[in-house]
Amino acid sequence: MSEIYMPRLSDTMEEGVISSWVKQVGDKVSAGDVLVEIETDKAVMEYEAYEDGYLVQQTVGEGETVPIGAVIGVIADSPDAVPADSGGAGAAEQAAAPEQAPQPEVEEVRPAEEAPPTVPAQAAPAEPERGPRPLSSPLARRLAREYGLDITQIKGSGPKGRVVRADVEAAAKQREQEKAPAAAPQPAPVPAPAAARPQPPQPEFEDLRDSEEVPVGNIRKVIARRLTQAKQEAPHFYLRRTVDAEALKEFRAQINEQLAPTGVKVSVNDLIVKAVATVLRDHPAVNSSWVDDKLLKHNRINVGIAVAVETGLVVPVLHDTDKLPLSEVAQRSRALAEKARDGKLSPRDMSGGTFSVSNLGMFGVDSFAAVINPPEAAILAVGAMRQEPVVRDGEIVARHTIALELSVDHRAVDGAVGAAFLKDLAEVLESPMRIVL
Amino acid sequence: MPVITYRQALRDTLRAEMHRDENVFLMGEEIGVFEGSYKITEGLLKEFGERRVRDTPIAEEGFVGAAVGAAMLGLRPVVEVMTINFSLLALDQIVNHAAKIYGMFGGQNSVPMVIRTPGGGGQQLGATHSQNIELYYAFVPGLKVVAPSTPADAAALLRAAIRDDDPVLFLENLGLYNTKGEVPDDDSVAEIGRAAVTREGTDITLIGYSRMAMVANQVADRLADEGISAEVVDLRSLRPLDRETIVNSVKKTGCAVIAEDDWLTYGIGAEIAASIQEGAFDYLDAPVRRVAMAEVPMPYAKPLETAALPSAESITTVVHETLNAVGRRVG
Repeated sequence: MSEIYMPRLSDTMEEGVISSWVKQVGDKVSAGDVLVEIETDKAVMEYEAYEDGYLVQQTVGEGETVPIGAVIGVIADSPDAVPADSGGAGAAEQAAAPEQAPQPEVEEVRPAEEAPPTVPAQAAPAEPERGPRPLSSPLARRLAREYGLDITQIKGSGPKGRVVRADVEAAAKQREQEKAPAAAPQPAPVPAPAAARPQPPQPEFEDLRDSEEVPVGNIRKVIARRLTQAKQEAPHFYLRRTVDAEALKEFRAQINEQLAPTGVKVSVNDLIVKAVATVLRDHPAVNSSWVDDKLLKHNRINVGIAVAVETGLVVPVLHDTDKLPLSEVAQRSRALAEKARDGKLSPRDMSGGTFSVSNLGMFGVDSFAAVINPPEAAILAVGAMRQEPVVRDGEIVARHTIALELSVDHRAVDGAVGAAFLKDLAEVLESPMRIVL
Repeated sequence: MPVITYRQALRDTLRAEMHRDENVFLMGEEIGVFEGSYKITEGLLKEFGERRVRDTPIAEEGFVGAAVGAAMLGLRPVVEVMTINFSLLALDQIVNHAAKIYGMFGGQNSVPMVIRTPGGGGQQLGATHSQNIELYYAFVPGLKVVAPSTPADAAALLRAAIRDDDPVLFLENLGLYNTKGEVPDDDSVAEIGRAAVTREGTDITLIGYSRMAMVANQVADRLADEGISAEVVDLRSLRPLDRETIVNSVKKTGCAVIAEDDWLTYGIGAEIAASIQEGAFDYLDAPVRRVAMAEVPMPYAKPLETAALPSAESITTVVHETLNAVGRRVG
C-alpha cells in the first residue's frame, strides 16, 4: 500500500487543488495512468501513477486544496485493502482485529493457571474513540500545550499536513487578534440605567452591498499576489506613443496573401510581438530584471503574451521570439492561446518571460497602462487600431494609428533608455519590412 | 595570530611537545628518513634523532602494541598510522589492549598514548584507502577519539591528547592537511569532550566533525546569503561526545542536519540523532536529517568518488528540505 502525495508541479507551487479524479476508488491503476488532474498556481496538470495497483482511497476530494506533500490518495495491491489511517469503519475493524485473532500458540506455552494477559482485548474497544491522530512535530505539540491550544484543531503546513511550530504560532496569534477587539474597553456611552442593561451585540458595519464570497482558484490568488508585488516593488513609469499603422496594415495584408495557401494568418499582435523582439535585440537594457538588488541582463529574448482566460489572466511565453520566423510566431501564439483557454499550459509554457505584450485593442480600448509582469522590466500595452485625423505635411488626413504605452520598472531601466526603445519600436512598426529583416 | 596550515600546526605541536616532555616520542612507518607520507614529521628526525623518531616495519599490530607497552611503562608514544585504513591491522592492540588495560587491571597502569591517523576520501585512493572508520574506535569505552577540523583545534587537541593519560585516537583528514587558519601563538590545551559552536544561528543546527565541520561552515556561509541563519556545531570529540552542546543548539533552532563523511547506517550521525531526540524531543520541529557518504565501497573513478561523498550541495539541499518542512519556503 502506498500513499500518493500532492506533488510539486511548478517552482512556485505551494499548494494544489484536486481539479478532478480521473481514477475512482476501486479502479485498477497501471503505472503511467493519469490518476488525477491537479490545479497548481499556474495550470491544471495531469498527474500519473508511478506503480500498479488499485486506487483504494481518495483522501482529498475534488475542489479541495492541500499543501505539497499532503496525502491525496492511496494505492494498494488489492481493491479491498483498507488504508491504515483512514479512520471510521476501517480503523474500527482493524482495532477490533486482535480480539478475534486466535491465540493458541501463546496459550500453549503458558502454564495453565496463568491466564494470558487480556490487555489487547481491553485496549481494543478504546481505540476507535481516539480517532486518527493528526501529525505534529514534538515542538508544535509542546507549544500548543503551552499556549493552551488544541493541536487537532490546527491546520498543518508541513509534509503530509504535519503541524509545525509556525502553524501553532500562527494559531496563537490569530487567537490573540480575535480576543483583542472583544477585550478592548468600550467607551462608556450614556451613563445611567441604559448603560447597565446588557446590549445585544451589534455588527460594527452593516453590509449594505449584500456581498458573498466567490471561491477562487490558485491562479486568481497568484495573479493577485504577483500584481500587488509588481505595483508595490517596481516603481512604474509610463511612456506613450502613437504609431502610424497604415504601412503595418498593408504589410499584414500582403503577408497573409502570401501565406494563404499554408492556412497561417498573421495578426497585428503577432507583428507587434515580433517587432518587440527584433527591437529588444538592439536594446538589451530593456530585456532585463531587477531582482534582490541585482540587475540581470537576459541573453534570450522571450516575449510573453497576456491572454485573458476564464479564471483570470495568464502570460504564455514565446521563447527566443527574436529567432522565430513571423509565421512561427503567429502559429505558436495561436497554439499557446488555445492551450491557455483550455487550462493546459505547462509551467514551461509560462516560464522564462523577459518582456510582455498586452493587447486590449479587440475591446476598442484606445490606450491603457499595464502592470508589469514581475520580474520583467517592462510591458507594452497595445490599444485598438483605428482611423484618426492626423496632420501630415500640413494637412489633416485620416490615417490608421495604434496607441502604444510602455510601462517600465525604473529600478532596471531609466526613462531615456525606455524612450529610445519605444522610438525604435515605433519606427520599425512604421516601416514594417524591418520586422522581418 | 599566525596563519598556518593544518599540517604545520600538527608539526609545530609535535615538536613543541617533544621539547616540553622528553618522554614524548614518535613511531610509525616512514616517519623518519622519509619524513612521513604526508610530511607531518618533516625535520623531526634531524632535530630529535633516531631514539625519539622511530621508523617502524610495515607491521601495525607490532608497533601499536609496542607503543601500548611503552605507554604502560611511563613513556608517551605518539604513533602515526599512515591512514586509518591500516589501523584495522592493529585493531586488537587498540581495542583489546590500549582501551582495556586501565580498567581490566584495576587502574594499576594507564596507557597514555596517541594514535595519529588520517581518514577521508576524495583523493582517488580507492575503496581500501579512503575510509572513514573512526566509528570503530568511537564505539569503544576506554578510548578517546578527537577529530579537529581547523589548524587551531589540531594544535590544541594534539596537546591535549599527548598530555592525556588515556589512549587517544587523533583523527586527521587528508582533505584538511592543506587548509589554513589562525593558530594562537600560545600553549592552549583543548578540553577533550567539548564540542564548539563555531557559528551561531537561529534557524537550523548543522552538526559535523573533521572535514564535514569545515564543509558545514561553508554551507552556513551560503545559507546566510539566502537569509537563513544556521548554527554550526563542530563536535571536535567523538568520545566523549558533548551531547549537551548539541542538544542546547537544537533546543534553540528546532531542527538539525548532521553531515558525516562515513556511511549512514549505524554511523556517527545515528548516535547524534539519537542523542538529539533523547535530549531535545520536545523542541524538534522536523525530523533530524543526516547527510553521509553513499553506502558503497569508495569508487576509484573521480566522478563516482565525487558523487559518493557528501558535499556542500547535498547538505544545502537537505537543509532546504528541512526548513521547508517547518514552514520556511526556501530553496
